[in-house]
Amino acid sequence: MTSLASTPVLFQRRVLNALFQALCGICAIIAIAVLGYVLWFLFRQGITYFKPSFFTRLPDNVNPALGGIKHSILGSVNILGIALSISIPIGILSGIYQAESNGKLCQIVRFLTDVLNGIPSIVVGLFIYAIWILPYAQKHPGQGYSGIAGGAALGIMMIPLVMRTTDEMLHLVPQSLWDASLALGTPRWRTMLFVVLPSARNGIVTGIMLALARVAGETAPLLFTVLGNEFLGPITGPVDALPLRLYKYATSSDPVQNAMAWSTALTLILIILILSILARFLTRAGKRS
Amino acid sequence: MPTLDDRSQSVSGSLTSGTNRKWIDSVYIGAITTMSLALMTLVLAIGCALLWQSMPAIKALGPGFVTGHEWDDATGKYGSAAFLSGTLYSSGIAILVSVPISICSAIFLAELAPKWIRLPITFLIELLAAIPSVVYGLWGIFVLIPLLRDKIMTPALASSTIGKIPILKSLLTGAGYGPSMLAAGLLLAIMITPFITAICRDILLAIPTMQRDAAAGLGTTQAETILKVVLPSAAPGLIGAVMLGFGRAFGETMAVTMVIGNMTPNTPDGRSVALFDPGYTIASAMANKFTEATPGIATAALIELGLVLFVTSMLINFFARSLVRLAARRIAA
Repeated sequence: MTSLASTPVLFQRRVLNALFQALCGICAIIAIAVLGYVLWFLFRQGITYFKPSFFTRLPDNVNPALGGIKHSILGSVNILGIALSISIPIGILSGIYQAESNGKLCQIVRFLTDVLNGIPSIVVGLFIYAIWILPYAQKHPGQGYSGIAGGAALGIMMIPLVMRTTDEMLHLVPQSLWDASLALGTPRWRTMLFVVLPSARNGIVTGIMLALARVAGETAPLLFTVLGNEFLGPITGPVDALPLRLYKYATSSDPVQNAMAWSTALTLILIILILSILARFLTRAGKRS
Repeated sequence: MPTLDDRSQSVSGSLTSGTNRKWIDSVYIGAITTMSLALMTLVLAIGCALLWQSMPAIKALGPGFVTGHEWDDATGKYGSAAFLSGTLYSSGIAILVSVPISICSAIFLAELAPKWIRLPITFLIELLAAIPSVVYGLWGIFVLIPLLRDKIMTPALASSTIGKIPILKSLLTGAGYGPSMLAAGLLLAIMITPFITAICRDILLAIPTMQRDAAAGLGTTQAETILKVVLPSAAPGLIGAVMLGFGRAFGETMAVTMVIGNMTPNTPDGRSVALFDPGYTIASAMANKFTEATPGIATAALIELGLVLFVTSMLINFFARSLVRLAARRIAA
């Protein structure tokens, strides 16, 4: 009996199979290699100014190399705080609505949040500029930019993400839990607040942290809203933010500022990385308990 | 107005004795409904606000805004045709480069890779997608641009053979000093690859194993199973994923602004297919011209650019999401 493997057609098919597998593997390696290349440069170049004084000092006009990015870090923290306080109530409440209902309105809202999620971030910044800063600036020229406006822009970007996770996490809660609570005569709001939400809590917090990590690096919406500041400013006026500082230093012609751009990028990436890893850790802790 | 579905409301309704509990329940339902309505209004408000603030430009410029290619404060001409074609061109390059790599990587992750390697690679790809665009821009300025200039642009411009090949002749030419369409397209490709890969991987994983087993039972090789069975049933979803990636590239601002050069190519109609020429995209023009825009029509014209970006990205996303949803429904059926 002739072995099947020796027929030319089968041999050809096997070779094609191996080639296909190799092609896919190579593509995956290319994708990962580019990531490695980007991250490697980030760590190699970013480490230069990555020391405590970089985070505790303001920019130094006399000796730029001694300056820091304290104002950008504080600005980012404030802006993200405002974004959180806007997106958490709206996102969670409309997420609860998604889980509690399945009418037409629910589908329309879901569709529109998908749309909101797909809008380029610069458009969201422009929206805040158009309804908030521009009308104000027309009365008081040169004013109107504020950290609050930037927080609002980032908050709008977070809402669809928070809503989506809340909805998904609430759907993961077993139906029997809702039923058991409702059958005991518990009103719907108590069922939600004391039975369903607590068991979905870890998942929702994870989702919020991932959403925060995603908007933490957004620059485009901040261009039109917080403007940037070389100094530490109040949140009601122009403030600085890490991604904005990174953009300014990267496009500057000063080599010291270029080098600082890498360290700023490293700081930003580490913040995002820590948020994502904490979020993952939380999910795992939730699964275990 | 559509009502909330009744999760055993009859039960809870008959057992709740006090009226005050019902009262709180309606407050609760009112609160979540109001928030949803507010969210709905927000999306509509974005469109209306942009339309409102760009009215002066729409009135003054009319269709010239879309057909014109000059953007000049001195002459008061604001035409966005060159920006639009620049956006399409850079996103097109990004899609051409990234789609083959993303789909092959997704196939590798979903079908071929050994189990132990899948999780770390998936994690890495998610990490890539989380890097902010401004960081990619930084890398683009200091790593990608010098690399392209020294290894591709300068040799190509100096080479005498490229000038004789018909299509390459018009593509591989231009200013060639670094910031260019090529840099923007490649950087966008690097940015959207993890995004497209992640969605494609999810779609491939959703295809029932039974289909693969049935094909394998007929004696097909793994490549044949994937190419002839898995990919055809995943096709609408994969096209949707590619369109979502296109939508990303279309509206991407920071990374593009940092590497595209922000100059209209020096041709009569402001358009150029030369890859080494600098250019503009809609988003990069907005980011770039914003600081120098004078109040009045220049600002209104910038907001109109935002309106164009809003409408086009909404259309792209709508079609993409419909395709992904269609794919999900077909797989489920």
